[in-house]
Amino acid sequence: MTAMQTALKAPAAPAFDVERIRADFPILKLEIGGKPLVYLDNAASSQMPQPVIDRLVRYQTTQHANVNRGVHYLSETATSAYEEARGKVQRFMNAREDREVIFTSGTTDAINLVMHGYGRKFIGPGDEIILTTLEHHSNIVPWQMLAEEKGAKIRVVPINDAGELLVDEYEKLFNRHTKFVGMMHVSNALGTINPVKRMIGLAHTHGVPVLVDGAQAVPHMKVDVQDLDCDFYAFSGHKLCGPTGIGVLYGKAALLERMQPFKGGGDMILSVTFEKTTYNTIPHKFEAGTPPIAAAIGLGAAVDYLSAIGMDAIGAYEFDLLEYATEQMNRLRGVRIIGTAAKKAAVLSFAIDGVHPHDVGTLLNQEGIAVRTGHHCAQPVMQRFRVPATSRASFAFYNSMAEVEALIAGIRTVQKVFA
Amino acid sequence: MADPRALYQEVILDHNRKPRNYGALEHASHHAEGHNPLCGDHISVSLDFDGERIGGIAFQGESCAICKASASMMTVNVKGKTRADAETLIQEFRDMATGKLDLNGHHHIGRLVVFAGVRDLPTRVKCAILPWHTLHAALNSVASISTEAEDDPMHASIGDA
Repeated sequence: MTAMQTALKAPAAPAFDVERIRADFPILKLEIGGKPLVYLDNAASSQMPQPVIDRLVRYQTTQHANVNRGVHYLSETATSAYEEARGKVQRFMNAREDREVIFTSGTTDAINLVMHGYGRKFIGPGDEIILTTLEHHSNIVPWQMLAEEKGAKIRVVPINDAGELLVDEYEKLFNRHTKFVGMMHVSNALGTINPVKRMIGLAHTHGVPVLVDGAQAVPHMKVDVQDLDCDFYAFSGHKLCGPTGIGVLYGKAALLERMQPFKGGGDMILSVTFEKTTYNTIPHKFEAGTPPIAAAIGLGAAVDYLSAIGMDAIGAYEFDLLEYATEQMNRLRGVRIIGTAAKKAAVLSFAIDGVHPHDVGTLLNQEGIAVRTGHHCAQPVMQRFRVPATSRASFAFYNSMAEVEALIAGIRTVQKVFA
Repeated sequence: MADPRALYQEVILDHNRKPRNYGALEHASHHAEGHNPLCGDHISVSLDFDGERIGGIAFQGESCAICKASASMMTVNVKGKTRADAETLIQEFRDMATGKLDLNGHHHIGRLVVFAGVRDLPTRVKCAILPWHTLHAALNSVASISTEAEDDPMHASIGDA
């Protein structure tokens, strides 16, 4: 074990009571075809604890109205709860100011906001955008659309056989045409934790802003946007024990102020005449129309729930789960782990010799085990490893060591069926 | 719900291990490629006619066990059939996979009944149907189909699966 991993492990050891935590998640009591649910698809979406469900119910039963509109009691209550959620997110990711936190519908929406708001204004013909091989389609396709529209070019950071970015190659991609960098913090397909702080520093020496896709990082580790010094950071609520339909774009205030709006409509304006519209200040400039108020408040509650447990404790416990699962899986003959980076979040992509991932997924489902099978919206990663698809077990802090064992037993069952 | 475990029964596993009519057919008069971009499955079907009837048929590709076994059993079942009989079987297979075929009624499904279980696994219906759609495309001289493309001649019906 490396020193870094030991350091990660140290704080959690004594008091992580997974059984007590599991009791907070009603869905974990489900049985699937008579077998207890073993939910290992957390990288796709996580489950919601009772305090977050309760908060949504309280909002809908006693606090709901539209925000930033009425002077009546409910509108003021909803507005203050919505803005309170923004403050919770700001503290959670250590943004300087709450106006640097923009509520979006998710990570994809947040990235598209940056593409339209920043990219379409500041990126032109012949300019270059650096992305990485690991990117999710959501951090590839918007930039391809922009490149096509503007005549800009996309450069791609390669990876090694372990699934780690080649930072030396990344450095070589910079030139005077480089105008933007997009990179994911943690790979959804492989689990690789990228050295984003160092890579952001390198981009800044060239005066290039960086967007970090943090959808898979925020649920697993303490993220401090000031420490990273990223220019933009995007993530989704539903991977963080919150509701679907809510996400966050963090952006440095100075950049957000220079950007053009993404969507036009109500709330994002100060004044409108048919001759001229004056846009609202940030963050409202980027929140056109009625926002997902309930979902934002739910996300605030999720952030409170996770903070009470502690992101460091969560990261350390998940590291134990990953280490145990990796060790157990490595003992299975005919099973190959895809993605063996030195620093990983709790994601295990694997291939079973002679068995297509879809068959793995269906047979594991018969054991009550939920894994993701497919290309994980990361086809360039699949192409790099020359596989059409993988099976992926992705863990959360409410998964138990017994569930790791259930997965291993499930894989043995699959192997028996196909023997 | 039928026990979905029944899907992975010996006959399907056997056709997956030892697919029949696997490979390319030389001098095929009809050929089509089928893709399922959602899972990366890819299959090609080629055939020729001996008079009115399908004389030779072969398939190859990369796919899951359900898709490969379905393709293998399909080739065995349609060889020697007229175009009209093959089209009837395609329709019946598709109806069975989507739960619309009355298995107690009149049909020509025979041993293909082992695939009936996919109707309870909506995400796997396309795996079982892909070879049949590709056969349909080959019979109708459509060079390539995709389970996600709008021009898939049978897309509408996979859609309700």
